[in-house]
Amino acid sequence: MAASTRRPEHKAPPDIFYNEEEARKYTSNTRMIEIQSQMTERALELLALQEDVPCFILDIGCGSGLSGQTLEESGHFWIGVDISSAMLSVALEREVEGDMMLGDMGQGMCFRAGSFDGAISISALQWLCNADKTSHSPPKRLFKFFSTLYSCLSRGSRAVFQFYPENSEQIELITQQAMKAGFTGGLVVDYPNSTKAKKMFLVLFTGGHQKLPKALGTEEQQNTGTDHIPYSDKRERMKQIRGKAPKKSRDWILEKKERRRRQGRNVRPDTKYTGRKRSGKF
Amino acid sequence: MKLITHNMLTSKSLKGVNVGFPLKICATEVKEVAVDFNPEFVTRMIPKLDWDALCQAAESLGCLNDLPRSVNPNHENDEEFLKKAHHVLLEVEVIEGELVCPETGRKFPVNEGIPNMLLNEDEV
Repeated sequence: MAASTRRPEHKAPPDIFYNEEEARKYTSNTRMIEIQSQMTERALELLALQEDVPCFILDIGCGSGLSGQTLEESGHFWIGVDISSAMLSVALEREVEGDMMLGDMGQGMCFRAGSFDGAISISALQWLCNADKTSHSPPKRLFKFFSTLYSCLSRGSRAVFQFYPENSEQIELITQQAMKAGFTGGLVVDYPNSTKAKKMFLVLFTGGHQKLPKALGTEEQQNTGTDHIPYSDKRERMKQIRGKAPKKSRDWILEKKERRRRQGRNVRPDTKYTGRKRSGKF
Repeated sequence: MKLITHNMLTSKSLKGVNVGFPLKICATEVKEVAVDFNPEFVTRMIPKLDWDALCQAAESLGCLNDLPRSVNPNHENDEEFLKKAHHVLLEVEVIEGELVCPETGRKFPVNEGIPNMLLNEDEV
């Protein structure tokens, strides 16, 4: 069970796990802040709101209001729901503009029908897959959450959830309940080839079938960026016959850079200097 | 809690409650904060609001002032009206008090401006 200790859901229920000490991290740890705001920006992009129109957004699991601040910067007004009062007091200290309330996702979103133009949630959905009390049933709580969320969104709007599923069963459980509640849509996985940069977004639509937005760092996107090379399959096959390039050779370096690019890392462009030996003068 | 939130909030997650709106406000502390006026946002929100509930809530907090009881059909261009709506919606905040469910009488405490909508397991 070594891996499971790393997952906060396995340590304690969310209202207990996010205590004062844990909440403090969300104001002091700049790395955490940066990741949170990056994910919010991406979620906002996937939400595809009308441009330059101030919208009314629901932030589920708003925590210390980091995601809310990104929403404010884009000119939207938000209401946040969180189960941890310690996190909400940090948000009060940070003087966020949105309004917040204490609530449990699994007990349903208690808003009037059609209240919001969209909903986002950053790193919160996986908490619903755990039963923290004997009376909790994850599928029931998920269904209650999705069905009440569906009703409080206006027609044609979207809900975007960034989450950390533990395994494929959890993804199936979550999407199944969302579809049962009436949503359409699915999973968008950014940088699927990288363990670190990989981010999962569940994008849900209220107004019938729509095309899912493209994920970042996938093969298709790279092909559209550069001109497609003809006979690349044949070349690929030839390469396999020849075997891997010798270590530290130019080909080996290029291959490694390509692999890292697929993982979504920051890689210097390939030039004529790539993998070239320095002259003796240096 | 701002009145715009109150206007959206219901107690329908309680077992046996169908509408659960509007929640009655029993405030012990109310604060007014300055928020930037955004006419576009207020105009967009007005069709979504339950205006009667908003007037009732504002009246119970004693901040109705001269807010009209009904929405002017031509409100987009009436800046005076939008400013009044903006004040009531976004600048009046309930800091301490209680929200009361109109059907069951269940009380939801409001502390430091945050309503506690958590339910006990037997209420879901």
